[in-house]
Order: sequence, then C-alpha cells, then structure tokens
Amino acid sequence: MDTHQDGPVRRPLQPAAANPIPLLRIEKASKRFGLVTAVDAVSLDIHRGEFFCLLGGSGSGKTTLLRMIAGLELPDEGRIAIEGEDVTGAPAYARPVNMMFQSYALFPHLSVEKNVAFGLQEEGRPKAEIAKRVREALEMLDMGAFSARKPHQLSGGQRQRVAFARALVKHPKILLLDEPLAALDKKLRERAQFELVRLRERVGITFVMVTHDQEEAMGMASRIALMQDGKIVQAGSPRELYDAPVSRYVADFFGTSNLFEGNIKECARGEAAVESAEAGTVLRGQYGERLAAQTSVAVMVRPEQVHLSREAPQAENVLRGKIASAAFLGNCHACQVTLDSGKTVLARLSPAEFGKAGSPAAGETVHLFWPSAAARVLKQ
Amino acid sequence: MKNRSTFVLSMLVFGYAFLYVPIVILIIYSFNDSRLVTVWSHFSARWYGELFKNAQIGEALWLSLRVAAASATVSVILGTSAAFAMRRMRTLFSRGAFEAMVTTPLILPEVLTGLSLLLLFVFLGETLGWPGQRGALTITLAHITFGMAYATVVIRARLSQLDPALEEAAADLGATPWRTFRRVTLPLLLPAIFAAWLLAFTLSLDDVVIASFVTGPGATTLPLVIFSSVRLGVSPQINALATLLVLFAACTILTATLILRREEMQAKNMK
Amino acid sequence: MSGRPGHSCSGVFVAGVPLVWLLLFVLLPLLIVFAISLAETRTGSPPYTPLFTWEAGFLPRIHVQASNYALLLSDRLYIDAFLSSLRIAATSSFIALLIAYPMAYAIARARESVRTPLLMLVILPFWTSFLIRVYAWTGILNSNGFINNVLLDFGLIKAPLPLLHTEFAVHLGIVYSYLPFMVLPIFAVLEKLDWTYLEAAADLGARPLKAFLRVTLPLSLPGIFAGVLLVFIPALGEFIVPELLGGPDTLMVGRVLWTEFFSNRDWPLASALAIGLLVLVLVPAIVFFRLMRKEEAA
Repeated sequence: MDTHQDGPVRRPLQPAAANPIPLLRIEKASKRFGLVTAVDAVSLDIHRGEFFCLLGGSGSGKTTLLRMIAGLELPDEGRIAIEGEDVTGAPAYARPVNMMFQSYALFPHLSVEKNVAFGLQEEGRPKAEIAKRVREALEMLDMGAFSARKPHQLSGGQRQRVAFARALVKHPKILLLDEPLAALDKKLRERAQFELVRLRERVGITFVMVTHDQEEAMGMASRIALMQDGKIVQAGSPRELYDAPVSRYVADFFGTSNLFEGNIKECARGEAAVESAEAGTVLRGQYGERLAAQTSVAVMVRPEQVHLSREAPQAENVLRGKIASAAFLGNCHACQVTLDSGKTVLARLSPAEFGKAGSPAAGETVHLFWPSAAARVLKQ
Repeated sequence: MKNRSTFVLSMLVFGYAFLYVPIVILIIYSFNDSRLVTVWSHFSARWYGELFKNAQIGEALWLSLRVAAASATVSVILGTSAAFAMRRMRTLFSRGAFEAMVTTPLILPEVLTGLSLLLLFVFLGETLGWPGQRGALTITLAHITFGMAYATVVIRARLSQLDPALEEAAADLGATPWRTFRRVTLPLLLPAIFAAWLLAFTLSLDDVVIASFVTGPGATTLPLVIFSSVRLGVSPQINALATLLVLFAACTILTATLILRREEMQAKNMK
Repeated sequence: MSGRPGHSCSGVFVAGVPLVWLLLFVLLPLLIVFAISLAETRTGSPPYTPLFTWEAGFLPRIHVQASNYALLLSDRLYIDAFLSSLRIAATSSFIALLIAYPMAYAIARARESVRTPLLMLVILPFWTSFLIRVYAWTGILNSNGFINNVLLDFGLIKAPLPLLHTEFAVHLGIVYSYLPFMVLPIFAVLEKLDWTYLEAAADLGARPLKAFLRVTLPLSLPGIFAGVLLVFIPALGEFIVPELLGGPDTLMVGRVLWTEFFSNRDWPLASALAIGLLVLVLVPAIVFFRLMRKEEAA
C-alpha cells in the first residue's frame, strides 16, 4: 500500500484516452438491501485530479456507491479497482482511500490531535513523523491552536476542518466526502465550498463527493454523475449537464427549464424539427441520438436563453403570448408569458435586454424566440 | 469478521444459559418423586400436593401478600409525592439533601437497613411505648421505606419526561392545581406508578434480611419460612414452591410489560 | 416571578410527608446505629449500656467509648471480613463484566425487533425471588447435586467435587444474582453508540479488533463503570449468598454482622460493623452518583 506522496502536487485533469488505467474504475457494481436495489449495475471511471461529484436525491444510491468505494459496503456484483488493482472484496481498513463522514464521526473521547493521528498510528508510522504530519495538517486548516480540544468543544465549521484533516493526513489516493457541508449553516457553507476547492487544488488529491445540492455540485465539481434509482442518469462536466441534459429529469434537476411536448417531424444534421401543439408551431433543437419520426419528445430551453420582443422577429422558434407577470429580481427580469395554448413560458432577461424590448407590462402581447442551438430535444 | 460474531454470539448463548439453566433445573427437580431432591426417580407432582397441605406455608404466604400489598401502596403514594416535591425544590441544597436521603435506602446493604430499623423500633418502643411488639406492622414500615425509594426513582424519571406545557395548558383552561393533577398529571404518570407498585410489591415479597431483623414473634413471612428451610439444605417442597413463585413472577412481569408496551405504543401513535 | 401560584398549602403537605418519613426511618435509624456503636454490651434488655445517665438531678452524664471500633481495627477476624468482602466484591464484579460485556454488545447490535425480547430476558430474573435464585444453585453445586451427578455418571470424577460452601460458589452466586445490573448500563451505552465511529476507524485503517479497543471500549467506559459499581456496592454487604453458598470460613462483613447480632447478641459491636460497612459502601456509591450526574449533564 503506497501512501507516500511527495508533497502537494497539482495534477491536471487528464482525458481518459491519455491515461488507460483510471484511478478508480467501477464495473457494473450492484448493491441490494433486501428487496431494494440501492446501486444498480453502475459503471464509472474517475481519473487522477478530478473533483468528482455524485449527485442525486435521497434514495438515489449515491451514498451507497460512495460507501462501496470506501469499502464500508461490499458490492453484491461487479468490480471495483483502484489504480488497476482489484479491491472489490477488500475491507475498509485495507483501502488507500479515506472518507469524510457526513456526521464527521470525530471520536468524542479523543482530542483533535489524537483524532487526526488515529489513522497514521494504525499505519504504524514513527511517532515523530505522526506528530509532524498531524501538526502540518492542522496548520494547513488553521486548526493548529485547537489541537488539545475535544470535538464537543468545537464549532460546526471547526469540526468539519478536523474531519477533513483526519482524512487528508493519510494522503489517500481518493478522498471521499459524504455531504461534507450538510451540517453547516448556510453562510458557513458558501465559505466552506470555496475552501474545499482551494484545498483540493493545493493538495492535489482526487475528491469524490456526495451531495444532494445541485448548486454545490455545479460550483465545486469538475465532473458530476447524476444518479436516480441506483443508476447513473448522466455523467459529465457541469456545463454538459446543464446545457445538454439527456432527459427531462436531468434538465429539471439542474435549474428551471421550459419544456414543450411534441412529436419528431424530422431529424437532420444534428437538428430536429418537433411539431408541438403546446408551442403552436414547429420547434427546432439539438438532439443527442437520432430519433424516428413521430417519436414523442420534449423540447427544452432554459429561461435565460429565451429572448423577448414586441414586434415579431425574423428568427426560428418564435412564439406569441401575453405577459402574465413580470418581476424584477435585481440581476434579471423574470417574465411569465402565457401562450395561446395556455402553456406558460418562463423567460429571464437581463435589465438591458428587457429595456430594449420596451419593458412590456402584464397583459401586453409579446413574441418569444430563441436560437435552435440553445434548445435541446429530450427523449425521456 | 466471522470469528468475532461467532464469539459474541456464543457469549450471548452462554450468558442466557447461565441465567436460566439453574432455574430450569430447579423446576425439573420439583417434579421429582424422590425425597432425595437430586436423585431422579420418576415424574410426579407429589410435592405440590404436600405443599398445598402445608398450613404454615399458606399462612406465611397470606401474610407476605398482605404486607407486600400494603407496603407497595403506601410506597407509591409517598414516592409520588416525593417525586413532586423534588421537582418543586428550587435550591440546589434542599434538592441535593432530599435526593441523598431518598437514594440512601437504595445503596444501604440490607443488613444495615435491617439492623438500623430494628434499633429504631427498639428505641421507639422504649421511649414512646410504640410499637409495643414487632411483627407485621414493623415489617410493613420497613418495606415502605425502601419501596418508597424505588418508587421515587421510577416515578421521578417519568415525571421529568412530561412536557410541562401540558400542565400549563390545563391551568390555562381553568383547572386548579389539584384538578390539574387529577385530570392531567396523574393519568400520564399511571404507567410509572403501576410499574413502581409492582417493583415495591416484588421487593417486599422477596425480602428476607430486613424482615429477619424487624420481625417479632408470630410474624413469619414466606421468605423467612423458605430461608429457614433452605439453610438446612435442599428440600423438595421448597423446590415446588420456588417453581410456582418463579412462574407466577414471570407471568406477572410479562403481562405487565405487554400492557405497558401497548400503552406506550398508543401514546406514540398519538404523536 | 417568585414561585409558582397555588402551591403554598398542598406543597408543604406533599413535600412534608415523605420528608418526615425519610427523617424518621432513614436518618434517625442511622444515627441510632452510630450512637449504639459507641455503647458497651451488657446482658439485659436492651443489651447495651445507656449513653446518658441522669445523675444528681439535671446534668446528664455521657457514656461514650470507642472500644468497639478499636476491636474492629485490631481483631484479625473483622479486618479479614472487610478485606475479603472487598476482594470478593471486586473479583465478582470483574467476572460479571467479562460475561456481561459480550452479552450487552450482542444485544445492542441485534436487530431492533429481537433487541427488546433479549433485553426482557436479561431483566426477567431480576423480578423473580433473589432467595430462590441463590437457592437454585445449592441444588446444582451440592456434593450430590446436578453437576457432581453428571460428572460422576460420565465417569469424569471418582468422588464428588466440593463445590458448594466454597468461595467459588460465593463468586458464582454474586455474579449470577447481579449480572442484569452489569448488562443494562453497558447495553445503554452501546445502544447509543454511533456506529459510524467504527466505520471511521475502519476507514482510517483500523482492523475490527483494533477499532474495538481504540473506539468502542473507551466509549463504553461510562457503562462499564456504572455496571461495576452496581454489582460491587450490593456485593460488599451481601448476606444471603455467603450464608447459603459460602463455607464456614467464607468471611464477609454482612455475615459477620449477622452473627454478632443474632448469635452473640452483641448489638454495639454489630452497630460498629454496620458503620464500617456504611463507610465502605459510601465511597463507591458517591463515585457512582457523581458519574450519573456527569452523564446527565453531558
């Protein structure tokens, strides 16, 4: 077990092709609890230097997957390998990964210092080395002054740092974080988000984080896997998941979106034409896989991609409707527009654009439009 | 992993065997026909028959039941008021002193409680002329003293869990303190009071040492009869009596637990 | 706000009756025991010398002497009784701990549906007669008792082993009688224990046995202390167990006190023994209540 690392090294995100052996490979891993399948044949590669995020609602299987990586749950089927070495059946204490628990699980009978030293003592490191590494870890997290305290004498934010130091001091190949910010109040959480990202860059360790908070995932992760019912629905960069979701579920999970139900008219050159009764016209949008005509789909467009004007513009995807409400939210105007079909469309306009459109008030008739490149055709 | 759980499991089995095998052996041998208790001859209920004909044991049982019922009832009344008194005490000192006195009978060795109460009764008898003679009354008084200590602990635990807002709500709705106690607090405390009564009753029915000190001529409780017989060795009649007592206790406790559990479940469901 | 309304009259009554009872039946008797321990024994009724005599009218003369305590501290018999009480109580508590800990651990880790019945089975013997449970062992340990009969039948021994009326039997009886007191507090602690601590220990590289020694055991110490004291305290003053299971040479304070009182009718000496026993019990008892208070505060 090699846990030596020559100081904090910054490792860039490497594309899969350049590095044939991923740091972590999960192959068709499944875990059942009684009749419930918590994780259902999940396959996933995570590479060195990534800040990977498992995102999903409660019961999506994200925590079980994380615990399987840690060795706290053993998969019923499938394989897990770290740096190409099979660890599928290895117990937690024999894996080169460490976890930061949601409750932090700081040992209440041990001081901060002894908590952090725990893992190094289990490795049988010499006393002097343990003392040095513990001190360094605590100092890096500005917790040097608290080393003699017991966990119950610390604030929530301080506990979080100690839990982080305890996992980090062992130089794990992968640091697993189970909802690391959930126990903090909102104000602290935002600061802690920045800090985690900064620290990860400093120590260069690969992070795998579980969260249910979509904003947290988008703000911190280099790559996200969205899970639902034990399966990964979509994995990719935050940008990919936001701009090109593969399903209504993904689109919905990442922010608000306008969805127009309809049927495929034709698919050609990456663009699909969709006959939509709700929109009252043919909508065009990007598609991921080629779809046969008459397939029932939805066209998704994000509110901030929707433009608005009083006069009918010369453009694709033009809809006419009446403004139901227009609210100023500081950084944007949120307009709800009711189409003739009764469907309500949400548009978010910058103050400048809203002014250019003539600041329409509720009841006025307006035209909505967006470029086809901004729309996405979703099958599911 | 596997080895550890087999170890723990076998310790569990061993522990329960340790707790129950002696009782089971006792029960089996109570059906042994032989007068030599430990030499098995054949199954018979002969000793049960002799037991029921034994007038001394019958009388002792009747006395024990009366003493236990009386002392448990007074214990529970005193224990309830002690629990209320402790809740109301504001200063740390008065509360601490009261608490120390209530818990003292719990930790005092029985020989010490017995001796001290006997000396008290002798002292009172000499100075006040009361109690003139020791017997059922002095045993009952002694049993109330430790029964009350146990009752206070049980009832106080329940009382501290009660939401004070319930009593405040009753007061707000116009109930006087006494009416509040009758209509709100007491019904909520009933399971604890019932458990405390059962505990005081059992302890009284079981006491040998204290009764040995404070009893007088003619007042022989059941444990005293058993003890004097047992000191001489194993006796088949006592085996039969022990079997009946053990089965009776087990049935009572199981029923009581089931009733209390159901009450608790209902209370939970209400929430 | 000074005090709550409506308490004045009934309040005095509610607090007063139990208070008077406690003063009369707990505090006063102990004071009398102490007073008599300072008297001398004599033949007659009561069998001790009065502490006050009225001489020449009004001034009472006080007769107090500490010869009973001097005897306790000089006679080998009484010193040995105290020492062996301490020793037997300590070893019994330790043996009970060894049996109870794995039991409590297994119950705490059992599925919730079986946990309650398992716990119930531990508590049940406590509700059945103590006397009978100790008596049950006499039939088992007897020279013609269950164990010896079985061993003889299988030819493992030629003559019955002397099991009953030994110090071994006293240990056995105490462990057996007080085992539930050891299991319950340990269970209470282990049940509340957050098992993620063990996961964290495993995650940090500790094998199960190490994780147990470094995390579970230290965290269950309050339960262990409470359990040990709950066995140790009653064992110190135990009378029935040494009387029924012990040999003639098994000395314990409770038994010596009994003999002094009932056989020798030496009330002052029995009282002095009682005060000695009280002091002996008070120390662990105070430790116990301190511990409980700390637990409550935490």
